Amino acid sequence: MHGSGHGSKSGGVKMIELKDVRKSFGSLEVLKGVSLTVQKGEVLSVIGGSGSGKSTMLMCINGLEPIQGGQILVDGIDVHARGTDLNKLRQKIGIVFQQWNAFPHLTVLENVMLAPRKVLGKSKREAEEIAVKQLTHVGLGEKLKVYPSKLSGGQQQRMAIARALAMSPDYMLFDEVTSALDPQLVGEVLDTLKMLSEEGMTMILVTHEIRFARDVSDRVAFFHKGLIHEIGAPEQVIGNPQKPETIDFLKSVL
Amino acid sequence: MFETSLTWNDVLFLLQGAGTTLTITFWAVLGGTILGMLFGLARATAPWWLNAPIGFVLDILRSVPLLIQFVLANSFKSILKLNVTAFTVGCVVLALYTAAYCAEIVRGGILAVPPTTRRAARSLGMTYTQDLTNIVFPIALRVALPSWIGLTLGVMKDTALVLWIGIVELLRSSQILVTRLQEPLFILSIAGLIYFLMSFPIARLGARLEKRWREND
Ligand SMILES: Nc1ncnc2c1ncn2[C@@H]1O[C@H](COP(=O)(O)OP(=O)(O)O)[C@@H](O)[C@H]1O
Ligand SMILES: [Mg+2]
Repeated sequence: MHGSGHGSKSGGVKMIELKDVRKSFGSLEVLKGVSLTVQKGEVLSVIGGSGSGKSTMLMCINGLEPIQGGQILVDGIDVHARGTDLNKLRQKIGIVFQQWNAFPHLTVLENVMLAPRKVLGKSKREAEEIAVKQLTHVGLGEKLKVYPSKLSGGQQQRMAIARALAMSPDYMLFDEVTSALDPQLVGEVLDTLKMLSEEGMTMILVTHEIRFARDVSDRVAFFHKGLIHEIGAPEQVIGNPQKPETIDFLKSVL
Repeated sequence: MFETSLTWNDVLFLLQGAGTTLTITFWAVLGGTILGMLFGLARATAPWWLNAPIGFVLDILRSVPLLIQFVLANSFKSILKLNVTAFTVGCVVLALYTAAYCAEIVRGGILAVPPTTRRAARSLGMTYTQDLTNIVFPIALRVALPSWIGLTLGVMKDTALVLWIGIVELLRSSQILVTRLQEPLFILSIAGLIYFLMSFPIARLGARLEKRWREND
């Protein structure tokens, strides 16, 4: 049949789609049928108690963890299908973790240059140009030759963001990137995230910073026990939650 | 005045022994390190059916005294009428022994790299191999270097055991001189000094690298 819009390779669609995704660690079912669509250009914040499966969902999206049921499509490509080149797919999905995971043996500049050189095959000069641009963008232009151990947590986290951005991803996933930071360092990282959202970056942002989520998100999803309980505009999910679980959670964190 | 009947020829004889010690150490450490890296990598990453047998063999190599290994290997050589010198036997046995220890050092270094760091590398699109060569090995090297230096220094001293299969290295040549000249203290002091002079640069190099790396993390 020609022209059917429901083929698995829906050509020009730019988005992340989760369809009834199930994921278990052994006998522990962590994602119990998550469905979600994030359009290009959208900022989605994911909130919810710890252990509800938020990190796991992000890792499934770029194929760091396998899934047991359902389907995840990124720009129409099935992430967990057999033939999918995950290394290629990951080039368009940047991810930044709670722990910044600097490469300790490389300078800040080298940290950011590494993947463009090895994965994208850029020349040293091109990679350096990209890295300097991204590091300047996140406010680390003065720290290029420094080793990560000499940076504060907030600076290391911004370096991790620059490192992901250097691959020119179409999507960015952030997993509680401010949770491990001293309170006075949280602001600088949130500012960086805000800047990215204003530049139109498509982002899924797992966060405990409810006020921030309300501020920058197009939509907010509330995660509870492996399911999305509520999803919608921030004014709705955070401002006027309907489900008792959402209300309880917001009370506990606000 | 201090008097000795040690001649320049005797000193040359000692230095020849030292040369043999260095040569055996070189081959044993070179071969042992290459094999040790392969075994260590397998121990850290291979599935159990490969890991377990390798671990078993390495356990044997580490637990049987080196002296016994030298003598046994040398006897097997004669029984099997293999056309190799005692020197080769010494190098091979010591290389395998070194490999067994080196494998554990390498394994420890690789496992010391946090999984989250490796995950970050993979999430940037790096392949398994790119992660190993660009992230895991450099970090593991820094973790493993002090133990590897210690192993190398130990192997240099262990070479003395090859005198039991008839190789004249530094300790054996000093023994020969002691027997002939009856000046054990003086001659053994010289031999000790030579051992020290051979070890010192290696220890220094290790300390230098360690210091340079510590400044970065
Ligand atoms: N690698 C793993 N192996 C086993 N269980 C895991 C693993 N990662 C996460 N879990 C479990 O899955 C559940 C969800 O974890 P996670 O996705 O990290 O939650 P969240 O990010 O919402 O706090 C938790 O119960 C956690 O213990
Ligand atoms: Mg989490």
